[in-house]
Amino acid sequence: MLKAFQIIVSAILVNNYVLSRFLGICSFLGVSKKIETAKGMGIAVTFVMGLASIMSWLVFNFILKPLHIEYMYTIAFILVIAALVQFVEMVIKKKMPGLYKAFGIYLPLITTNCAILGAVIINMNENYNLFYSFLFAVCSGLGYLLAIVLLAGIRERMEFSDNMPEALKGLPISLITACLMSIAFSGFQGLVQ
Amino acid sequence: MNKALERIKNGVITENVTFVQVIAMCPVLAITTSVKNSIGMGIAATIVLIGSNFVISLLRNFIPDKVRIPSFIVIIASFVTILDFLMKGYAPTLYKALGIFIPLIVVNCLILGRAEAYASKNPPLLSVFDGIGQGLGFTLSLVIVGTIREIIGAGTFYGLQVLPNGYTPCAIIVSPPGAFLTLGILMAILSKIRLNKKISNKRISDYSGCEHCPNIGICHKA
Repeated sequence: MLKAFQIIVSAILVNNYVLSRFLGICSFLGVSKKIETAKGMGIAVTFVMGLASIMSWLVFNFILKPLHIEYMYTIAFILVIAALVQFVEMVIKKKMPGLYKAFGIYLPLITTNCAILGAVIINMNENYNLFYSFLFAVCSGLGYLLAIVLLAGIRERMEFSDNMPEALKGLPISLITACLMSIAFSGFQGLVQ
Repeated sequence: MNKALERIKNGVITENVTFVQVIAMCPVLAITTSVKNSIGMGIAATIVLIGSNFVISLLRNFIPDKVRIPSFIVIIASFVTILDFLMKGYAPTLYKALGIFIPLIVVNCLILGRAEAYASKNPPLLSVFDGIGQGLGFTLSLVIVGTIREIIGAGTFYGLQVLPNGYTPCAIIVSPPGAFLTLGILMAILSKIRLNKKISNKRISDYSGCEHCPNIGICHKA
């Protein structure tokens, strides 16, 4: 129980996926102009990450381990993720059009997003069991969702600022905002040993 | 030969991956805490890039268009697996320092981006030079960020002390927030220089969504 709690707090706040582990930076900075799109992207990442963690745990423990080809994990995991994303996209498009409208358009973006592969590899390195893998992946996704929505909220307000120096507009100010958010998040450092 | 040199200049300056294309940002932020790590990461990515560019260029007429992205990913992943082994064996300390970012070279947008934009359309030799150029450009930008962070954050350069003993290292620059800050200020300076020269780079001044991303073709069709 304690370990589960530790994983939750650590993944969402202390070692926040974006702000301290630096995974999924491209989409974090790119898709954070509006809160609405940021939310869609965050939910899509969380969803795929949860599914991918289960699938890749199964593949690693029931295919790679018995065959003693653990070193093939990069190829195996990236294929699992690519297939999964395609599959999820097809299912959601057919069965749940409402959900597809909400975050379906972000699904193709996710195959090459290092957040998913990163979570799966961290799970493997930490030797988590199936439940902890799933928990870690979902909480990392929630950490990503939290960070991207916060950044989008700040950026939406910054749009109204007239006197920002021209040179800072766009990427530079987003990075500096992310820096300040990262400082705020490092305040959680003491929560988990 | 001229074409080869042009490819290298293009990779290092005209189309520099970090400062012009603004892709493959994760390693630039994550592992630039020291110059040593920056060089290691740069070389690792360059080796994979040269290898994958060469093989993809050789196979460019055999890979069906519809399954090209998955094929590229498998080729890149094979090279990353080889690199993983080599680094574990020959550079264990560097391997440990770079950690998860070695397997994550598979999803590095730079490598997939070059496969799609260049290697899949051009002959092998030129693709190799393109790989060298882009790899050098990536290494250069990693080293620039790494140098700034190591000197300010630890007072050293490549492990050697360069600032006097009286200097108190500014530890936040080598911690995660410092990565965002350093890159943010660098980007602002570059953007100022561009403004003075009246060159616009939409990728930096209007960084939003996938509109100006050079890799848009990959993500939206993969």
